[in-house]
Amino acid sequence: MIWTKHDLIDTKDLSKEEIELILETAKSFKEVSTRDVKKVPALRGKTIVTLFCEPSTRTRASFELAAKRLSADTLSLSPSTSSLSKGESVLDMARNIEALNVDAIIVRHQTAGTPDLLAKHLNSSVINAGDGCRGHPTQALLDMFTIKERLGKVEGLKVGIVGDILHSRVARSNIYALTKLGAKVTVCGPATLMPIGIESLGVNVTYQLSDVIKESDVIMLLRLQLERQKDKFLPSIKEYAIKFGINRAKLKGAKKEVVIMHPGPVNRGVELSADVADGEYSVILDQVTNGVAVRMAVLYLLLGTKEK
Amino acid sequence: MSSSQIMDKDTVRRAVMRIAHEILEKNKGTKDLCIIGIRTRGVFLAERINECIKQIEGSLLPTGILDITLYRDDLTMISAQPIVHETKIDFEITDKKIILVDDVLFTGRTIRAALDALVDFGRPAGIQLAVLIDRGHRELPIRADFVGKNIPTSLNQNVKVILSESDQKEDQVIVLEGKHV
Repeated sequence: MIWTKHDLIDTKDLSKEEIELILETAKSFKEVSTRDVKKVPALRGKTIVTLFCEPSTRTRASFELAAKRLSADTLSLSPSTSSLSKGESVLDMARNIEALNVDAIIVRHQTAGTPDLLAKHLNSSVINAGDGCRGHPTQALLDMFTIKERLGKVEGLKVGIVGDILHSRVARSNIYALTKLGAKVTVCGPATLMPIGIESLGVNVTYQLSDVIKESDVIMLLRLQLERQKDKFLPSIKEYAIKFGINRAKLKGAKKEVVIMHPGPVNRGVELSADVADGEYSVILDQVTNGVAVRMAVLYLLLGTKEK
Repeated sequence: MSSSQIMDKDTVRRAVMRIAHEILEKNKGTKDLCIIGIRTRGVFLAERINECIKQIEGSLLPTGILDITLYRDDLTMISAQPIVHETKIDFEITDKKIILVDDVLFTGRTIRAALDALVDFGRPAGIQLAVLIDRGHRELPIRADFVGKNIPTSLNQNVKVILSESDQKEDQVIVLEGKHV
C-alpha cells in the first residue's frame, strides 16, 4: 500500500490498512532508538514545529525525540512564551510559522477542531497531538502498537476502557483505532462521565468495573480530567477510586495475561494503585518507549508525501 | 519484452561457494569476520555464503540484516515513502571485519547508503563488499571485493536475481530489455 495522507488529524480518518502500515513502519523504527547512534538521516533538512497550547511532557518530548532521531530540526513553541499571549489567533500564528518554511506543525490545543482548521489553511503537514476532548491519534496508534507487541494481535481482543470517557480524547481515538482493527471495545465509567450516544461508535457500555475486569484482554485506564470538569461530575475522588480504580485485589478476577494500560500521567491511588501501575501486568512504560517509534513512523510517512 | 538467462541454479551455487572460499582466503580464516546482508536478496545470499563458510571452516559467522531505506539519497525526491523494514545487527561491529553482501552492484548508491548505516553502529576494522552480479555503470567511487559474475549491460537493461527464498522460484539471473520492470 502507498501512503497518501498529508495530515494526521484523527484515527477516525485512517483506514485499517493505513493503521497497519504505521504499525509495521514503527516496528522498524523501534530498533533505531536502541543503537549507540540513535539517529537516521531520513528527514535531514526538514523542519518540524511543536505548538503546544496545553501542558504536556510525554507527548511533546516524544514528538521532539522522534523528529530529532530522524535528523529533522525542531522548534518548540508554547503560548506563554509566544505572541499567543498577546492575543494573536492560533491560525495567524500558524501562518506566520509556516512563512518560516517549516514542513510540519504538531499542534495541541484545548479546542477540538484546531488541527482541522490549520490543515485547511496550511501547506505544511499538520499533526494532531491532542485537541480538546476530541482526538489524540498518536496515543491511540502507540496503544495499538503496544497491544500488538504484547499480545501479537489486536483483532478479536476484548478491550475495556475505564474512566472519564466524556472528557477523554484518548478514549475516542482508541475506540476508532480498536474497532477498525477488529477489537471488541467496552467502555466503563460513572454515568455522569459517560457521553450520551457513545454506543453509536460501536462499543458496549457498562457501569460495573467487575464486568470489564472479568472479560478483558486489555484494560485501559483513563486519567480523571479534573481540569476539564467545571461542574461537579463526581461525589468525591475517593468514591471514584473505590468504584472505578483498579488495585491488586480487584485484579484477582481478571484473565491471567491481562494487559493494563494508561496514557499517563497516572493519578496514583485513583485510577490505579501503585502495585498495579508498577506491576507485571502494566505496560505503561512500554507505551512511552513505543510512542517514539510510532511518532517516527508517522513523521516519516507524512513528510514523504509531496502535495496536499 | 525479451529476456535472457545469464546464470542458472548451478552457476549461482558455484559462484556463492567460490565467494566463500575467496573471503576465507583473503582474510586468512574467520577471525573477527562477520557478515551483513542488505535487504532483500543480499540477506539470503549472506546466509548462503555463511552456510558455505560453515562447510569449509566448521563454524558460522555472526550475521546481520541491514535495511538502507532511511539512508537513501533520493528519499526527499520520490513521491511516496518506501516501506522501512527492520535492521537487525545483534553484535558489536567495532573492530570487526564486515562482509557486506548485496545481489547486484549497479550505481553504487545502495552501497554508499549501507556504509553510512554501518558506521552508525560502530567503527569496524574494515568493510568488504561481496555481490553476486556486477553490472557496471557506477555513479560513485565504489567497487566490490568479491564478485560472482561480471555482466556488461547497457542502461536500457535490467538485471534480475531470482532466489528461491524470496521469489519461490528456482535460482537464476536474467537480463531484461527495457528499464522498468
